[in-house]
Amino acid sequence: MKTDWIALAVIPVLALAALPLVGSMPTWVTLTVAGLAMGMMIFMMAAGLTLVFGLMDVLNFAHGIFISVGAYGAATVLTRMGAQMQGGTLAGDLSVMLPAVAAAIALAAVMGWFFERVLIRPVYGDHLKQILITMGGLIVFEQLIHVVWGADIIPLPRPGAITGSFILGDAAIERYRVAAVVVGLVVFAGMWLLLNRTRIGLLVRAGVENPEMVESLGYRIRRLFVGVFVAGSGLAGLGGAMWAMYQEQVTPQMGMQVLVVVFIVVIIGGLGSVGGCFVGAMLVGLLANYTGFLAPKLALGSNILLMVLVLLWRPRGLYPVGRA
Amino acid sequence: MKRLLSGDLPRSRVLAAILVLVFLGLVLAPFIFPGTRSLNVAAKVAVFILLVASYDLLLGYTGIVSFAHTMFFGIGGYGVGIAMSKLGAGWGSLSLGISISLVFSLAIALAIGLLSLRVRAIFFAMITLAVASFFQILASQLSELTGGEDGLTFRLPELLRERITAYYVVLAVATVLFLALLRVVNSPFGRVLLSIRENEFRSEAIGYRLVTYRTVANCLAALGATAAGVLYALWLRYTGPDTTLSFNIMIDILLMVVIGGMGTMYGPVLGATLFVVAQNYLQDLMKLASGATAGIPLLPQVLHPDRWLLWLGVLFIVCVYYFPSGIVGRLRR
Repeated sequence: MKTDWIALAVIPVLALAALPLVGSMPTWVTLTVAGLAMGMMIFMMAAGLTLVFGLMDVLNFAHGIFISVGAYGAATVLTRMGAQMQGGTLAGDLSVMLPAVAAAIALAAVMGWFFERVLIRPVYGDHLKQILITMGGLIVFEQLIHVVWGADIIPLPRPGAITGSFILGDAAIERYRVAAVVVGLVVFAGMWLLLNRTRIGLLVRAGVENPEMVESLGYRIRRLFVGVFVAGSGLAGLGGAMWAMYQEQVTPQMGMQVLVVVFIVVIIGGLGSVGGCFVGAMLVGLLANYTGFLAPKLALGSNILLMVLVLLWRPRGLYPVGRA
Repeated sequence: MKRLLSGDLPRSRVLAAILVLVFLGLVLAPFIFPGTRSLNVAAKVAVFILLVASYDLLLGYTGIVSFAHTMFFGIGGYGVGIAMSKLGAGWGSLSLGISISLVFSLAIALAIGLLSLRVRAIFFAMITLAVASFFQILASQLSELTGGEDGLTFRLPELLRERITAYYVVLAVATVLFLALLRVVNSPFGRVLLSIRENEFRSEAIGYRLVTYRTVANCLAALGATAAGVLYALWLRYTGPDTTLSFNIMIDILLMVVIGGMGTMYGPVLGATLFVVAQNYLQDLMKLASGATAGIPLLPQVLHPDRWLLWLGVLFIVCVYYFPSGIVGRLRR
């Protein structure tokens, strides 16, 4: 498949167009890094959703729950093992961060497995019921989060090694944002390699195009479904954990709040397209930070504006996939 | 009577009895349940019956999921609120506020419908969610106009200040509009909507334009929600994000319509009544249950009064799986 460079070029065009508006180079660098970091986190949260939609034609309105659960999982580990982080060494921080992130991914993945198995399996192929059932799941699990972790905001200590910022030229860059960009790029590269260079990826891509054909060739598409769903939920958990550390707090509603942005990203990218999701997430992240600096009142609405513009240009998103 | 209900009779003795009971309860509420709290509950039931019934026109009859219903509800509320607080408590500003909000709702419903109903139902659901959250942001940002998070408190014309009168105005308008919705779904237009829900491909093949019918349904539902918003604002004499635009209300509406019964106008009546009453009185019951199980681990938290939504959520899922036509479908069996 030929890469669609025009849609990809929108990212640098947007970034460069913002430069004269922002006015000063150091501010622009700071904003761009912040935007990319935000975009990477949104991408992690959105990737599972778009892939699940592409492969199984299921739009999971409860995806936000995986984000929240990941955040809470990480928060639990971080607050329990907080003492080890006081040393301020990178090794000490990592010894807490890694279990925290692993807990987030594992918890969200288990939830995803449960969700697919119990709630979504009986309603494949029926969009109306899917939306209703996943909304019901969202209600119940958000309440269960209240039961398990309480309704209060949990403040989250961020490990010392990745807080603070360093100076590059004249621009102050937060360490955490760089870390988020690195993790995001690793995840994206990993997904790209998995989807394009392995047999599993081949099957998944074939499944997105034509599930019946894959099945008739003797592959169990059901197993692929479950695998993708669990992996997507785990990614959402990772994204949620990183988002929580970025915000330095966890609330039961955070998943739902982020989900609106995630939906916008998925629509912009084209339902089912991982590459489109990546581009969409970058655009949303960058635009949110630029408008946050230039016109704070507009910032929250900028996503919607972006979505409308993209849909007027390409009605099915930047990278439309397979079936209409 | 048959004319009044547009030929759509309850078709079940129990259902008919419950409906009569609900109606009588609402009409006689100021006399048989004295007190501010119960009158508030009764008014909320009346408003939400209209709100949920107009949502059912979309979800149950046309088979499309919208998350922007609270947005239209809010437009009605804010239309009245802004007009009354900026232009003074007269009938002129009241009617101006109502007409502006109705026209505004219609325009937005038309725009959303034409933009996104061409594609798939699932797309519409996502777009409406995004637009609705945009409105929520707008309402909290334009605080000079909307009062921001605090909302708007306003005064009404002399006649509506009397609580009992206000209650009967709300009830009367809600009843008339509900009967109008019943008329719509039992008209030839309503039949076409049903056929689209059942099989869009065939309906299109017969020659009905899907986009047109879906968009008109979306506009009608939006107008119904706006009217409900107007009524609710009139009753509360207040409009704010938490009473109109909040996503929680959208979830409440979904719960009401599914538990009551999709695809019949009587479902929303049962759903809204049950839900609002549960919202106000179930918590007392749960407090007792939570206290009684105090010694056992986890159970008290699960039965905690604030967790009532958990149980309604479980009921919701059970309904979607096993009783897709809700309580009403069950009673009609």
